[in-house]
Amino acid sequence: MKQTTKTSYHIPVGPIHPALKEPVFFEFEIDGERIVDVNVKLGHVHRGIEWASRKRNPIQILYLAERICGICSYCHPAAFALAVEDAADIQVPERAEYLRVIQGELERICSHILWAGVAAHEIGFDTVLYLTWQMREKALDLTEYLTGNRVTKAIIMIGGIRRDITKDMLPKIQDALKYFKDNFEKIRHIFLDDKTVMMRSQGCGILTKDDALKLCAVGPTTRASGVKKDVRVDQSYFAYGDLDIDCMTPDKLTGEVNGDVYDRIIQRLLEVKQSIDLIEQCVDRMPAGDIVSEPKIAKLLAQLKRVNGEGVGRHEAPRGEVIHYVKFDGENESPYTWKVRAPTYNNILPWIPMLKGEQIADIPIVAASTDPCMSCTNRVAITLGSKKYEMDKEELHRLSVEKTRRLMK
Amino acid sequence: MAKGLTKSFKKALWVYHCNSGSCNGCDIEIIAALCPRYDVERFGIRLVGSPRHADVLLITGPVTRQMEDKVKRIYEQMPDPKAVICIGNCGNTGDVFYESYNLVGPVDNILPVDMHVIGCPPRPEAIILAVAKAWVKLETLEA
Ligand code: SF4
Repeated sequence: MKQTTKTSYHIPVGPIHPALKEPVFFEFEIDGERIVDVNVKLGHVHRGIEWASRKRNPIQILYLAERICGICSYCHPAAFALAVEDAADIQVPERAEYLRVIQGELERICSHILWAGVAAHEIGFDTVLYLTWQMREKALDLTEYLTGNRVTKAIIMIGGIRRDITKDMLPKIQDALKYFKDNFEKIRHIFLDDKTVMMRSQGCGILTKDDALKLCAVGPTTRASGVKKDVRVDQSYFAYGDLDIDCMTPDKLTGEVNGDVYDRIIQRLLEVKQSIDLIEQCVDRMPAGDIVSEPKIAKLLAQLKRVNGEGVGRHEAPRGEVIHYVKFDGENESPYTWKVRAPTYNNILPWIPMLKGEQIADIPIVAASTDPCMSCTNRVAITLGSKKYEMDKEELHRLSVEKTRRLMK
Repeated sequence: MAKGLTKSFKKALWVYHCNSGSCNGCDIEIIAALCPRYDVERFGIRLVGSPRHADVLLITGPVTRQMEDKVKRIYEQMPDPKAVICIGNCGNTGDVFYESYNLVGPVDNILPVDMHVIGCPPRPEAIILAVAKAWVKLETLEA
């Protein structure tokens, strides 16, 4: 009998992806259908943002921070504003703190619904993608109504917020919240009771609590593994301290934590519900008052120019904790240094334990389950011995859909 | 224009979307245009997964140094006739990143752009309008 030796082969994935996300490069080591190892290369979206900040004043940086990521276009300027306020000892009016929570939670709703659609798309459930994105349009309508823009909102200001929510705006907010609540049940039913979704997501892409702690995963990814880590609870900022908020983990619904893809779906759905609740609380409790500590921008800039010191801002973005660090030297208008740590950086390393041992067809859904702000499953070239053939994202997607069908038989 | 459009409705237009280092803002608006509210699939406009199937290239982002050759390769892989639409301020002018050391953009420096869509990000309506105009261009080329 002829002896066959098994060799593993490599699949490079990236760095261009046709659908949603940013360029990033992966190299998978594959043995048959099983993934043996994963390697990640970053840096395709490096635009020198931190460097650019050294020529701009803090107000201009707000816009720069907003454009770090279009989906988290509130979290980054928010964390930056927190850092500057920390460095300059600016007191934010109480009403502004509540308004900031409303904006933050609205963004979380948008982002999680967006994610739900992408996840459904990855397992071949495009109807659900359209359904969820229809819901998302409602959230965008509300965003546009409150901030004047759909995506990049420019709503936060150092020392406060730019637009108030007046009494006559409340009915529209309540309408939208009611719509979310009504439709939430539908989405929950689709994701949590559907046999196909369960088959594809249960027991797949497991991240244990230990690994989550060791690799410093953040946000829903780590909470779905049972780690109670949430900046909104751990550190009192904005108005979160006054609100009734608890760290969500999937066992609140199912009674157990598995850390698989299914749990990460539950986790995000729970968070959408929590966000709706938080917005309602804010609308009820918002005190009257100013919305910004220093409305005159020139005066604010002059004040910031004299600041000599450093500050840190932490905010719980939809994908996890975002940290901004800023340092002023007291001479220049622009900061001496500005450092950003976005949540996806932490959530990339956990892909390695999640993907090891899984099948190629599971790459899209496992990768999507951490809601990466950058991902690439497009151009996969499989090198098998001397034969080379290419797999693009469609091929990968087709494999994923086929697996769903196989499971349903 | 109206005349050109009716003629061109005969054919479905397939678009390929390439992110050359954008902030995702424009990318989600492109997907929003495909989803039920704007629903461009009713016109036969479809997002495809490979440049080899595409008639139109939607490019977002200011083209970072690492992405330059990849963007060029994508363009070369597309069959003729093709149109390029640059979506968003950062691809058109550099936007807030204009002075950065890691940009080779704006996209004009690298590819022949047919349509510039301004906005940061532009609304889905603006993106659809640009694709419709690209349609007219392709039809005139073929005629
Ligand atoms: S134009 Fe604006 S929204 Fe679009 S990718 Fe560039 S920075 Fe983002």
